[in-house]
Amino acid sequence: MLNIEINGKPFEAKEGETILEAVRRAGVAVPTLCYLEGLAPTGACRICVVEVEGMPNLIPSCSYPVGNNMKIHTHSARAVRARKTIVELLLADHPDDCLYCVRNQKCDLQTLAADLGVRDQRYGGEKSTWKEDLSSPSILRDPNKCILCGKCVRVCEEIQKVAAIDFIGRGSRTHIGTAFDEGLNVSSCINCGQCILACPTGALRERTYIKEVVAALSNPNLVPVVSHAPAISVTLGEEFGLPAGTDVDGVMVAALRALGFKYVFDTSFTADLTIMEEGSELVHRVSNNGKLPMLTSCSPGWIKFVEEFYPDFIPNVSTCKSPQQMMGAIIKSFFAERMKLDPKQIYSVSIMPCTAKKFEASRPEMMNNDVPDIDAVLTTRELAQLFRMRGMDLKNFQPEAADTPFGERTTAGKIFGASGGVMEAAIRSAYFLITKKELGDLNVEAVRGLEGRKEARVNIDGLDVGVAVVSGLGNAAKLLDEIRAGRNDLHFIEVMTCPGGCIAGGGQPLETDKAAIRERMKGLYKLDAEGPKRTSHSNEYVQRLYEEFLVKPLGEKSHHLLHTHYAKREVML
Amino acid sequence: MSDTKSKSGCACGCGTDSVCADFVAALTGGGSAALPEQQAKLRREDVVKPVIYIGAGTCGLGAGAKKTIAAVKKYLDDKKVDAEIVEVGCIGMCSSEPLLDVQLPGQARVSFMHVTGDKVEKLLDVVLAGTLPQDMVLGQFRSDKVKMWPDVACLDEHPFFAQQTRWVLAQCGVTDPLSLAEYLAFDGYKAMAKVLKLNPEGVCDEMEKSGLRGRGGGGFPTGKKWKFARAQENEQKYLICNADEGDPGAFMDRAVIESVPYRLLEGMVIAAYAIGASKAYVYIRAEYPLAIERLKVAIAEATKYGLLGDNILGSGFSLKIIIKMGAGAFVCGEETALIHSIEGRRGMPRPRPPFPAVKGLFGKPTIINNVETLANVPPIMLAGAEKYAALGTKGSKGTKVFALSGKVNRTGLVEVAMGMPISTIIYDIGGGIPNGKEFKAVQMGGPSGGCIPLQHVNIEVDYESLKTVGAIMGSGGMVVMDEDNCMVDVAKFFMDFIQRESCGKCIPCREGTRRMLEILQRATRGRRNETGVDALERFRGMVYLERLANVIKDTSLCGLGQTAPNPVLSTLRWFRDEYEAHIYERRCPAGVCQELRTFEINQEFCKGCGLCLKRCPSGAIVGELKKAHYIIAEKCIGCGSCVDVCKSGAVQLVEMAEDTIAAEASAEAVS
Repeated sequence: MLNIEINGKPFEAKEGETILEAVRRAGVAVPTLCYLEGLAPTGACRICVVEVEGMPNLIPSCSYPVGNNMKIHTHSARAVRARKTIVELLLADHPDDCLYCVRNQKCDLQTLAADLGVRDQRYGGEKSTWKEDLSSPSILRDPNKCILCGKCVRVCEEIQKVAAIDFIGRGSRTHIGTAFDEGLNVSSCINCGQCILACPTGALRERTYIKEVVAALSNPNLVPVVSHAPAISVTLGEEFGLPAGTDVDGVMVAALRALGFKYVFDTSFTADLTIMEEGSELVHRVSNNGKLPMLTSCSPGWIKFVEEFYPDFIPNVSTCKSPQQMMGAIIKSFFAERMKLDPKQIYSVSIMPCTAKKFEASRPEMMNNDVPDIDAVLTTRELAQLFRMRGMDLKNFQPEAADTPFGERTTAGKIFGASGGVMEAAIRSAYFLITKKELGDLNVEAVRGLEGRKEARVNIDGLDVGVAVVSGLGNAAKLLDEIRAGRNDLHFIEVMTCPGGCIAGGGQPLETDKAAIRERMKGLYKLDAEGPKRTSHSNEYVQRLYEEFLVKPLGEKSHHLLHTHYAKREVML
Repeated sequence: MSDTKSKSGCACGCGTDSVCADFVAALTGGGSAALPEQQAKLRREDVVKPVIYIGAGTCGLGAGAKKTIAAVKKYLDDKKVDAEIVEVGCIGMCSSEPLLDVQLPGQARVSFMHVTGDKVEKLLDVVLAGTLPQDMVLGQFRSDKVKMWPDVACLDEHPFFAQQTRWVLAQCGVTDPLSLAEYLAFDGYKAMAKVLKLNPEGVCDEMEKSGLRGRGGGGFPTGKKWKFARAQENEQKYLICNADEGDPGAFMDRAVIESVPYRLLEGMVIAAYAIGASKAYVYIRAEYPLAIERLKVAIAEATKYGLLGDNILGSGFSLKIIIKMGAGAFVCGEETALIHSIEGRRGMPRPRPPFPAVKGLFGKPTIINNVETLANVPPIMLAGAEKYAALGTKGSKGTKVFALSGKVNRTGLVEVAMGMPISTIIYDIGGGIPNGKEFKAVQMGGPSGGCIPLQHVNIEVDYESLKTVGAIMGSGGMVVMDEDNCMVDVAKFFMDFIQRESCGKCIPCREGTRRMLEILQRATRGRRNETGVDALERFRGMVYLERLANVIKDTSLCGLGQTAPNPVLSTLRWFRDEYEAHIYERRCPAGVCQELRTFEINQEFCKGCGLCLKRCPSGAIVGELKKAHYIIAEKCIGCGSCVDVCKSGAVQLVEMAEDTIAAEASAEAVS
């Protein structure tokens, strides 16, 4: 324990913690722009500077360790003046277009300027002008709004091990860009959108499809259909002031109908379907000496990552399409047939926690007779925006049930939204598929939680199965490297691109932090604990889909509609 | 050590095949009886045939030494003269290059200055015949072994050298940089041999006792720094030699490497031994090709004779030195940015702590010393810390090398004991200001430093005292400025440099230096086309300039950012009147700032040649041939091309009365 003094009050600091950690524990708010929880501080923004008695200069609290008897003044006139000047300097090279900005009222820079009382442009001068990068189907970049805090660079490199972007140039010509300053679309960017969550300003945003969706909703010749991902109902509420993890499934369905969607489905249904297909594929691989370990294929960022960085593992990736694409394929085949609709008449929208899903929906593999399986993808943030645009507040709706047949789900499909959920659902059903008996305790605690890697061994009828769950592609890369180096005790690996899974996806509310993710995860497992049906194979409508249309898992129709293949991808690394 | 003997001899081909091996053997207690004789020969106390030395450092080559060398070779061939040519490094007198020395058998070595290729034949004709052309003689080397030339001053009495204390530069420009044998003959590697027998803690102690402080600019006590790394328990530690000399006007590191590369290597082995590093890097800018080439040869030679590499001198200590070329980013001279650069990452500083001595290159304990610091190490270890500490002031021991440049008669590298008044360096060693102009200021420490004005020119060279007047020791750049220099322009030059070279990481440095530069640019922009809003911006900028500068100092991430506003703050402190003249009176007292000056043609002197009319880029000059010309003030952009071409001195700067300008300025502001 170290005895320090914060703004004149004694405080006990822990050995090894930074000044910022100590003062925040003491309940003092020191602003930051480049600080990233869990990563080594870079000390770039200097907003967090504080005055420490005896030190000649102001001290960056994010990187400086506390020392015994340190006397810290977090808001001395000198520190506040420095912060204000720094914000003024940033504003001097920032477009004055807050009213038009995607991050208006959700911008750290704007908040700081307001808090510090910036009322005048004292350091006027030339502003840099940069070209926007609008090349990606998922993520748009506006370097004019970039304050070069470097958080996106660090998330991309240190958490995702993708390193699609980095600093380029020196002095006031410094900017962030891809290799050779090309568009994101030809870079190694996997579209995960973690950079958007990290960005303090409007420099990074998702490509929005609100306009297209609104147009489709008002087009009398189209039948608008929507499907929402498992992770949406426990995060959307935050956009409307509800605590993280609150399940808003019913009211969301009602609101989606109010928007004008003719049918509202639950992507958790195709999550159940995925388990039937993927579970069968695993059983097939194990019993036919197939390529192992099998890797999940639900997360489109991860798929692009494999194509670019680990193409030798493509044979290990499950051939199943993701639940979004299964839903799209089933809607435009089975559903269209039943409703006697031309697939071209259906406008299929999916609500996803993810920016990479936008990219996935645009992949050529995800088309059938030149008709895309999914027409538009909206993120959680965009859906909230759309609701607000229409003056809709979730609190004013009465819960409604989704449409059958694809609105029916088990909670096994629902927990797909958290890292470990796919694995848990798969174990429950694989046990049943092999033994024809239900797993005694359906809770597989070993694969739950926020850790980057979770491993377990499962005994299925005498067969010892090794499973691993990783989230965050840096963790995936580490595991793949181990396997490349000869590790061979694993049969099935779940990989989620975003750390914590879809509840922490790049399309989720901007307030996504560790605490929020934890609550969202709790919300999902609470639903599962209380759910009437907790295994994918017990989803009657999935069973009926097989009986009436698909025939059997891994059958010919499934093969055509629900499975695909990936190939090595050449990008600029 | 007999196994290290080699037939190929030194890289310079001086025919000392086994000599190096003998010297090396002597370092560990062996050696042959013929050694003293060899030593005398290699030291060239006397010679058997004429020896011609040519200064072939980058400075010499820049002045034309290559042509001099070719001319000497041709002369010797044509006249069938049997003489030896030795290419040496830089002795420091850059303004007298190319330098050529001649040593005749039985005679002292004499230096001649400004020996360009065309002068070689005439010079050698008379010198080899035994007479010295007095107008070219710089001085002779003092010797008690051979006959001194009558009526020729000794070099050490020359005002440039008389007050110098040459510790680091001792052999610079005297010996062949590539000859290991010569280096050994001048007691080279004796310090290393001595150190390898001591315990490393003792070496750190000795270094601390010497009082040597980092010569790269920071001035941190070297021995103390070594002890930090020594105390770290780690199987891998690194030593880095920082040769990323980036300050405009500093070139001592380049000269040391080009002139005595073995000295640096010896210093590095000692430092690495003291801290326990087995691998060392020399981070050197790629713009120094000659230094890199010589360093490479020196590393190969030293490794061949067991003075580097595995099991140095049989001591069990090993050191591998790797040359890493930098791409010329100023910020890579900052130690954490330098580490990033070696690691293959973008050269950007990171916050400290952890300090590199604890967690540096590849996460291992690392010590970074500058070239001059390391070159100081062998003589300190050989002569003893006390002897070194006897030089200098209380807080700043020993000597410091300065790169003297700018408006001074004798430019070059000088090494003086700490505590010498700056005026002595400028007036006695440097020979004062050329053309009878007035001294205005001396800029010290490059972009991180500041200007010292006339009233403080007697200040002593010392880390602490320089700080009191807003300057720093820095790496030792010393740029002298006279009445023709505009201090606002000087500040603008440095701000421009800094804002371009800022790594772009931290906001105050990246954005702040850019705005500071803009404020200075506004102050020096002409009244032509200036609107009321522009004028307001100009005043507003000045109001906030100091506040901005202080925040940058207070909050920047690395030392370069923290010192970035110094050129502005120090000129503002001592030359506020010049700033005020620019801003309020819209004139540049020194007549430097282009947009603030106007020229006129003196009708009496103008011969009507028309040269200025042809040269004027803005068509501001009118006139008929052979009749006096005129300048249309509204069109004149103040570039001064007309002044440069006028042969009759008719074009003159308009000295506007201060009140007229002020009146005009306020009239414009109102309109």
